[in-house]
Amino acid sequence: MSHSAPDPGHEDGTVYDEALLGTDTSHWAFGTDFEDPLAGVDTTVPAELDAGELAAYCLALGDDALVMSHRLSEWCSNAPDLEDDIALTNIALDLLGQARLLLARAAAADPTVVPALPEGSPAPVEDALAFFREAAEFRNVRLVELPNGDFAHTIARLLLFVTVRLAAFERLVTPADPWGSDPVLAAIAAKGVKELTYHRDYAGRWFLTLAQGTEESRRRLLAGLASVWPLHDELRAAYDVGPEVDVVLDQVFAVSAVERPELAPMTGRGHTEAFSRMLAEMQVVARAHPEGLW
Amino acid sequence: MSARASGASPMSTEWPLYEVFVRGKRGLNHVHVGSLHAADDEMAVRHARDVYTRRNEGVSIWVVKAADITASSPDEKDPLFAPAGDKVYRHPTFYTIPDDVPHM
Repeated sequence: MSHSAPDPGHEDGTVYDEALLGTDTSHWAFGTDFEDPLAGVDTTVPAELDAGELAAYCLALGDDALVMSHRLSEWCSNAPDLEDDIALTNIALDLLGQARLLLARAAAADPTVVPALPEGSPAPVEDALAFFREAAEFRNVRLVELPNGDFAHTIARLLLFVTVRLAAFERLVTPADPWGSDPVLAAIAAKGVKELTYHRDYAGRWFLTLAQGTEESRRRLLAGLASVWPLHDELRAAYDVGPEVDVVLDQVFAVSAVERPELAPMTGRGHTEAFSRMLAEMQVVARAHPEGLW
Repeated sequence: MSARASGASPMSTEWPLYEVFVRGKRGLNHVHVGSLHAADDEMAVRHARDVYTRRNEGVSIWVVKAADITASSPDEKDPLFAPAGDKVYRHPTFYTIPDDVPHM
């Protein structure tokens, strides 16, 4: 008969007791040792940058993260298994953190982008931008606002989004990118690169697993990829990325034995109808209680 | 559990169970923190990262299939461990530990 591994919480098997670890909780750093990504960063907008354009760029980057984060958060309690439920919501939280910093930066660069709040509302500027703008004022790409499909659809969308976003963030931390001369944006990107690298790893591994898994998983993955691919051009244009993205995507496609889709880009611009419904749900509580303090 | 973990049961569609060990930032050694399901070893490491290191707990993760762990039986508790209970001379309690030795 075999037995399960020793339970660390059990009195006979605990290794958390004070005799071994002492009472110094810094061993585990619960709630301590967090880093402020903007610590020591000069928040003045550099003279060579146009504040309005910088704000617009930060809004675009922030809105993409916010909307993708919300779509991913819709998986909470609905993912195929507990571990991926947590993984997807972790990614959503990373992106929400990026959105918060980027929207705050947009507001700092150009305060006129922040919508007027109902009188007495204590909402900070990033909340005002997230919850009190109308759909037409959001600058996110359509790829991130599409309603969720199945898990394979989410993986295909996530792979495209984070591959492109990571390429742009990697450029933002170098002098080659004009926006990188904003020290705040560069610091946000430096933090984001580490997060997005993990997101890409997660999406890439699942892409391969689904592609080479069962007939059904492959069918679903190809269907998901086909449904998001027409918005791939819009995404690339928004981030102004080039062949460095193809190197990554082609590698994932090659190991997965998936053909790069040849589908015409979706025409038009602006937002989809589904985006308005998503915003209505995302914003309803903040708008119903504008004086609420969260 | 062992039947499910090894995939031996024909009814099994669940991923195998893994036990997770995490070494904290300034911790001494890897400590068992819990278990999870994953399709393979690599996925288990990533799941462990997502499930068990969300609050800044770790700098290193070990995972091992639960089925690969051989554990002592609770029935053998007395023959295995009771004989060590009265041998105080095996404990290094007759030394003075210097104040600057942090973990002893």
